[in-house]
Amino acid sequence: MSRLELRYVRKAFGGLDVLADISLSVGAGEFVSILGPSGAGKSTLFQLLTGAEHGEGEMLFDGAPLDDHGRHFAFMPQRDALMPWRRILDNATLGLEVQGMRRQAARVRVAPLFAEFGLAGFERHFPAQLSGGMRQRAALLRTVVQQRDMLLLDEPFGALDALTRTAMQRWLEQMWRHHRWTALLITHDVREAVFLSDRIYVLSARPARIVREIKVPLPRPRSLGGDAARQASALEAEILDIILNATPSKGHDHD
Amino acid sequence: MISVGLLLVAWELYATYSGIRPTILPAPSRVFEQALLNRQALADNAIPTIGATLLGFACSLSAAFVLSMLVDFFQPLRRALFPVLIVSQTLPLVAIAPLVVLWFGFGLAPKIMLVALVTFFPMLVALVEGYESTEAEIGQMLRAMGAGRWRIFVLARLPSALPYFFAGLRISITYAVVGAIFAEYAGAAKGLGIYMLNVKNNFRPDLVLAAVGVSAALTLVLFGLTVLLQRLAMPWERAGKETAGKGAWR
Ligand SMILES: Nc1ncnc2c1ncn2[C@@H]1O[C@H](COP(=O)(O)OP(=O)(O)O)[C@@H](O)[C@H]1O
Ligand SMILES: [Mg+2]
Repeated sequence: MSRLELRYVRKAFGGLDVLADISLSVGAGEFVSILGPSGAGKSTLFQLLTGAEHGEGEMLFDGAPLDDHGRHFAFMPQRDALMPWRRILDNATLGLEVQGMRRQAARVRVAPLFAEFGLAGFERHFPAQLSGGMRQRAALLRTVVQQRDMLLLDEPFGALDALTRTAMQRWLEQMWRHHRWTALLITHDVREAVFLSDRIYVLSARPARIVREIKVPLPRPRSLGGDAARQASALEAEILDIILNATPSKGHDHD
Repeated sequence: MISVGLLLVAWELYATYSGIRPTILPAPSRVFEQALLNRQALADNAIPTIGATLLGFACSLSAAFVLSMLVDFFQPLRRALFPVLIVSQTLPLVAIAPLVVLWFGFGLAPKIMLVALVTFFPMLVALVEGYESTEAEIGQMLRAMGAGRWRIFVLARLPSALPYFFAGLRISITYAVVGAIFAEYAGAAKGLGIYMLNVKNNFRPDLVLAAVGVSAALTLVLFGLTVLLQRLAMPWERAGKETAGKGAWR
């Protein structure tokens, strides 16, 4: 049963075709990734979903057209977008406050989650006092406490160093197994997509179209060793092949 | 600090040993001595200047804040207003000050107006650019959370403008003092500006310099207050400079 469904979604900025033809679906409790090169138009897709931009084509949630009234998504932007002037606790409660909850009540709701997110003891810190990994976990905490139908995660670990990123991917996979969020993740990291997802949509370079849909049949919890890891590597190689063949070698621009 | 001290020493030596008359260039020691002797007159004249500075600045700040919000919500207003305001900044104070005094008299009103004239635009620009510095992602995220324009303004744009606001404040507060003194110079019953004019006409450069010293001290105190205010208003700035939690990657 699919919750989010996109049919033939297109988007151009002025004369610049960014999204050529995107059709995809995300089922309840499913972790789906969109994998594509930088500048392909991945973030633009989230702008359409969150209503920041308008495009063509159909976007359905639970079978009904997406409009500004139904708020289905908890959105985590590409940069962590933590407010430097708010303490971590108050950054975490932001979504609840916007929904109309009193700040005090929101704090009570959010506080017990800090341990699970590895942020216990940092409630009163400002974002600038946290490491990159902690900031991302704080941003994710702010996202999930909104209790929306679905998570939209835009390259949540893109700015982290390789070691931290791997640690965060393992942590997120474990968190997801506990919570079974319906999630759509944007990434340009093949390994990350394979490690976290049930399914992957591979995007071409701009103007983006979906060049392949790939199921990831690996057992959970995902592991970094043994048979499953070899399977994962094979899958990664296959996906890399697809991306490199779909992308003309004109070099890609960074966002 | 050291450079100021050296300058004073050099000035003292020059004034003492070059044979220049104290009615042309008094030594700092003499300026200081006369300042002490005339401290009552200096204080009496400093108070209206402080009043005009603070009142004028408060008016211009309130006006700049209201207008900055209007400009932020209605972008076309910006294109309509800014050219006029930029022109207002090119008006030479020497020409404008006597006119304003002519129109509005010797009272407080012309002083407030001149202080406002020189500080309003820098504050407006600081605020408007501050709002604009809001991270686009934060705006998009708030919109996705369901926040309207007003919520986004209060939650994100206003706090984002704080560093710009305080930068503008530090600059404007020095303009404000100069503006007030200029207005008094052009005509006033009391104030550092008119005091400077009077003692100059009495061939007392030492007292002119004493008044300059008082206005400089006043500016420094106000400047210090804005720095203090910023520290209190933006505790996260200092917190960010300590590195608690940095380097822990787990
Ligand atoms: N608001 C906008 N106006 C014009 N062009 C835009 C806008 N947003 C994104 N683009 C362009 O769309 C393309 C895709 O951007 P983006 O979706 O951020 O890529 P990705 O997230 O895949 O790296 C880029 O070339 C970018 O310059
Ligand atoms: Mg992007």
